[in-house]
Amino acid sequence: MIRDITLGQYFPGNSVIHRMDPRMKIILTILFIVMLFVAGNWAGFAVTLVFVLAVVLISKIHIKFLLKSIKPILPLIIFTSVLNLFFVAGTPIFSYGIINITYEGIDIALRMSFRVIILIMGTSILTYTTSPISLTDGIERLMSPLKKIRFPVHEMAMMMTIALRFIPTLIEETDKIMSAQKARGADLESGGIIKRSKALVPVLVPLFISAFRRAEELALAMECRCYQGGEGRTRMKILKFSSVDFLALAVVAITFGVIIAFNILF
Amino acid sequence: MIIKTENLTYTYSSGTPFEKVAVDDVNIEIQEGDFVGVIGHTGSGKSTLIQHFNGLLKPTSGKVYVNGKDIWANKGDVLKVRFEVGLVFQYPEHQLFEETVYKDIAFGPGNMGLTKREIDDRVNEAMAFTGLSEEFKEKSPFDLSGGQKRRVAIAGVIAMRPKVLILDEPTAGLDPKGRDKILNQIKEYHKKTGSTVLLVSHSMEDIARFAKKVLVMNKSKVFDFDTTENIFKRYDKLKAMGLNVPQVTNVFHTLIKNGVDVPDNVYTTDYAKERILELLSKKGGVLND
Repeated sequence: MIRDITLGQYFPGNSVIHRMDPRMKIILTILFIVMLFVAGNWAGFAVTLVFVLAVVLISKIHIKFLLKSIKPILPLIIFTSVLNLFFVAGTPIFSYGIINITYEGIDIALRMSFRVIILIMGTSILTYTTSPISLTDGIERLMSPLKKIRFPVHEMAMMMTIALRFIPTLIEETDKIMSAQKARGADLESGGIIKRSKALVPVLVPLFISAFRRAEELALAMECRCYQGGEGRTRMKILKFSSVDFLALAVVAITFGVIIAFNILF
Repeated sequence: MIIKTENLTYTYSSGTPFEKVAVDDVNIEIQEGDFVGVIGHTGSGKSTLIQHFNGLLKPTSGKVYVNGKDIWANKGDVLKVRFEVGLVFQYPEHQLFEETVYKDIAFGPGNMGLTKREIDDRVNEAMAFTGLSEEFKEKSPFDLSGGQKRRVAIAGVIAMRPKVLILDEPTAGLDPKGRDKILNQIKEYHKKTGSTVLLVSHSMEDIARFAKKVLVMNKSKVFDFDTTENIFKRYDKLKAMGLNVPQVTNVFHTLIKNGVDVPDNVYTTDYAKERILELLSKKGGVLND
């Protein structure tokens, strides 16, 4: 069950989207988010939906995984929708006692949910098609101007790389420890919240111990290979924009233009 | 028949690009009181298979019977199966979490809902089996040496008095002394309690020394399941698969290839010694003539 977490998981592939420069992918994802919030009417939303679906098709990611990535935030969407539904003032279409549902409320709730769902789907494509290593590489390069104001860009990127690198390892470790404790009859799945959180102690203690042990081993291994931080460190893979990246940029720019045009037209 | 599987198949991450069949159509029967060695390459499906025996993994298809009962017939019964079939994972010392050795070993029996006295009995018994003296009881498990930690972890499973004890490479990463100690204790436990033991190991010497029967896994399937003698007789098959055989077996089969008339069923040094002495006395007779 713990393996089912897909948010931020990389799915290897060889599509055009997979091969794009991570820097361009990050920039375009940010542009996409802005685009999503600039879109002011349903015509614009339709364009963003078509755009996301097109990218999904090109990247050859199974739509099932994108839908799965929405699952964890579903409660949030429902919660904000309900809030919007009941507390937005405007033309009432239904009222009973203190409950007041307005046309504007429904409108805002729908827009909000649509935006969040498309937002998660769109941004998941980035993490689904970019390996964590090239993702942090891209972030590091994009943020490198900040070095001038003494911001530790390299250290931050290294920390992110290590954190991302160890997520699957720790998940696997958790899985193993949970299995081992279950084999000793631990019941991790039933009971109330207090019983359940108590039942987690036999999992968390070994997990923390192993995480610390791994951290120490990794630090030692890095020092053995003379790691001293970013200063003067060269790279094996040098990021380079290709024609595909500029094509993608053009596509996003045109989509953005269409959305602005729709805002003015409708 | 204590454990039986029927067309047991298990697929990891089905429906994703990482899909992998880890156990493929396994049909085996393990008799009560057997000492079974499980061998096979890394990734051959050994670890996945044994996790089905105590209901940690649910078969994608097929059935697992423990003591004649389908363990997945009633969902609530799976917990009970885990007390009957004790599983010691690889590097079990990584699962220790309590403040004292005593409390950690008592975790399993505690989950069974036993009385304090019963738990106390079982902890003492398990500590005796694993050669942990009284003084360890109040020590923190994190202050012990690697071998001691591992024995505490094994004791934690033995304390549940399982009818079947499964150990996944219990000696990995230990020094030869620690290895022998643990293996001998397992043998002792098997002898004294008459329980069924499954030992997963990469060391053919260990398998040859302790197992009565051997289960060979290859590429997610059961390659062979027979007595230890018969398995090591099929020396060429094992070699072709890239698995090793005990060194004595190697020596004897090389002798056979070179035309020396020696038996082909030798897999322990003790047995080898007997046969060689026997042969020498015969030869000696010839020489004396």
